[in-house]
Amino acid sequence: MSDSIRNIRTIAKREFGGYFASPVAFVFIVIFLLLAAFFTFMIAGFFERGEANLQTFFTWHPWLYLFLVPAVGMRLWSDERRLGTIELLLTMPVTAWQAIVGKFLAAWAVLALALALTFPVVITVNYLGHPDNGVILGGYIGSLLMAGAYLSISSMTSALTRNQVVSFILAVVLALFLILAGYPPVTGLLVQWASPWFVDGVAAVSMMTHFESIQKGVLDSRDVLYFLSIIVFSLFTTGVIVRAHRAG
Amino acid sequence: MIKVRNLKKNFGPKVAVNGVSFTVAKGEVLGFLGPNGAGKSTTMRMITGFIPPTDGEISVGGFDMLNDPIPAKRLIGYLPENAPSYGDMTVQGFLSFAAELRGLAGDARRQAVERAIEMCFLEAVRHQSIETLSKGFRHRTCFAQSIIHDPEVLILDEPTDGLDPNQKHEVRTLIRRMGEKKAIIFSTHILEEVEAVCSRAIIIDRGAIVANGTPAELKARSENAGAVVLRLASGAAAGVKSKIDGISAVERSVVVSESPLVVRAFPRKSGRGPEFARAVGEVALRERWAVEELHTEEGRLDEVFRDITLPDTGATKEEAQ
Ligand SMILES: Nc1ncnc2c1ncn2[C@@H]1O[C@H](COP(=O)(O)OP(=O)(O)O)[C@@H](O)[C@H]1O
Ligand SMILES: [Mg+2]
Repeated sequence: MSDSIRNIRTIAKREFGGYFASPVAFVFIVIFLLLAAFFTFMIAGFFERGEANLQTFFTWHPWLYLFLVPAVGMRLWSDERRLGTIELLLTMPVTAWQAIVGKFLAAWAVLALALALTFPVVITVNYLGHPDNGVILGGYIGSLLMAGAYLSISSMTSALTRNQVVSFILAVVLALFLILAGYPPVTGLLVQWASPWFVDGVAAVSMMTHFESIQKGVLDSRDVLYFLSIIVFSLFTTGVIVRAHRAG
Repeated sequence: MIKVRNLKKNFGPKVAVNGVSFTVAKGEVLGFLGPNGAGKSTTMRMITGFIPPTDGEISVGGFDMLNDPIPAKRLIGYLPENAPSYGDMTVQGFLSFAAELRGLAGDARRQAVERAIEMCFLEAVRHQSIETLSKGFRHRTCFAQSIIHDPEVLILDEPTDGLDPNQKHEVRTLIRRMGEKKAIIFSTHILEEVEAVCSRAIIIDRGAIVANGTPAELKARSENAGAVVLRLASGAAAGVKSKIDGISAVERSVVVSESPLVVRAFPRKSGRGPEFARAVGEVALRERWAVEELHTEEGRLDEVFRDITLPDTGATKEEAQ
């Protein structure tokens, strides 16, 4: 077990360093912060609302992540395959799942760092009013979990192809499906011709549904479980794909 | 150290490796020869546990690669074809990463990195990021990675590919030196490399082993092996040839060139060996020929190679006919 943890840490450390050796991480963080600020303050009118919470801030995260997270995750495995380094990595005394988890955690840490750098908005809202900081913490946890879910999907699609662009597009499409399934305009449309239980079923697999309740401050174990199961499932599938490719 | 039995690999309908068996002991350097597409890399990828075989058994240091891969992989150092590495890392950072994955920590890791840097002549570029290096340095960096944990088994896929002649020489020397204590398999399509480095060679063609032996044994399979070549400063070709054909041990002879006069004499099956050269020499002495050179041919690997493989189609000669 300690071997596993050491291998995962070694791989994660390298991957994390890789993000900062290229401009990927910096560009991601800067764009994430700019867009988050833009949506929160310009589009949603954070100040005009005069509410002491971060609803307007978190509401946009599913959409921000839609494009930004696949941009971070697309290189995870496609690059290893394109450069042939996957052959080095998987002939080391490490298991495929250690490599998959290690690389995933590194990319997730980049996303977590970007999210953490939005702390000024927490300070601002605390300065202006008296928000429920428990709700805000819940929102952050939910947002991080959702980012992880998007990322695990990107990991899966990047294992499918050595082409980063293809991997990016596939991840966006899959993530978009998971958003739209519970997006009110879409569910509204569905209700008109599908039975309610079907609509509820579709909405239940949506990120939106689960993220919404989390950002309202209800950290329900079912929502947490939802995101974790997406992560576990996608990483497991990543493993299956990596294995299948090696089998030729 | 390495035991491979009846290894097979199909890629869809394509048979890349078809029933390869061999063993490599400690202290042996096994050369893997074969035309492009013969299945050398595929075989190595299976031995190192990168791809699973369709069928067959692989054991490394007594560990089964299929059922117990981690301890087997621990024993192996591997240089994949085209020497991949993480371009964004420095040479030292990359080697340190490899050492860490090999379970080395602290001082042991630092020493391993230093040793590999020294052995592969990477001192000058240790702090440079790998993507800025020339091909030769990149190649040696990946090579250094393969020996970082001083493995008992080394699998090297075309270790001298893309190196200049000096670097080739350095790498060959390194392989030969390490081969005294390790079990090494390396692939190449450069034939002199096999003679320079290997204790044994396998020729593989279309996924199957077509020859297996020491370089000397393989060379002896060459058509000209054992023939005696005689070069004279002067003399009439026809007369010399008839005298040589008159020797009882000679099966036939060929005039290779008229001036200078070079004749190649082939022994009968039973008459191979040093006595044959002596018999030719005695005739030359008796006839007072102006001998400039007389030697027994060892045979040449490239002839053997051409003889049993057909590089263009990858088909063996028998099948092509
Ligand atoms: N991943 C793969 N998918 C399909 N065919 C492959 C794959 N890898 C190798 N091959 C085929 O298997 C054969 C053997 O290839 P390889 O082992 O690379 O030969 P060598 O290293 O001797 O040049 C080739 O015909 C090659 O096209
Ligand atoms: Mg090859």
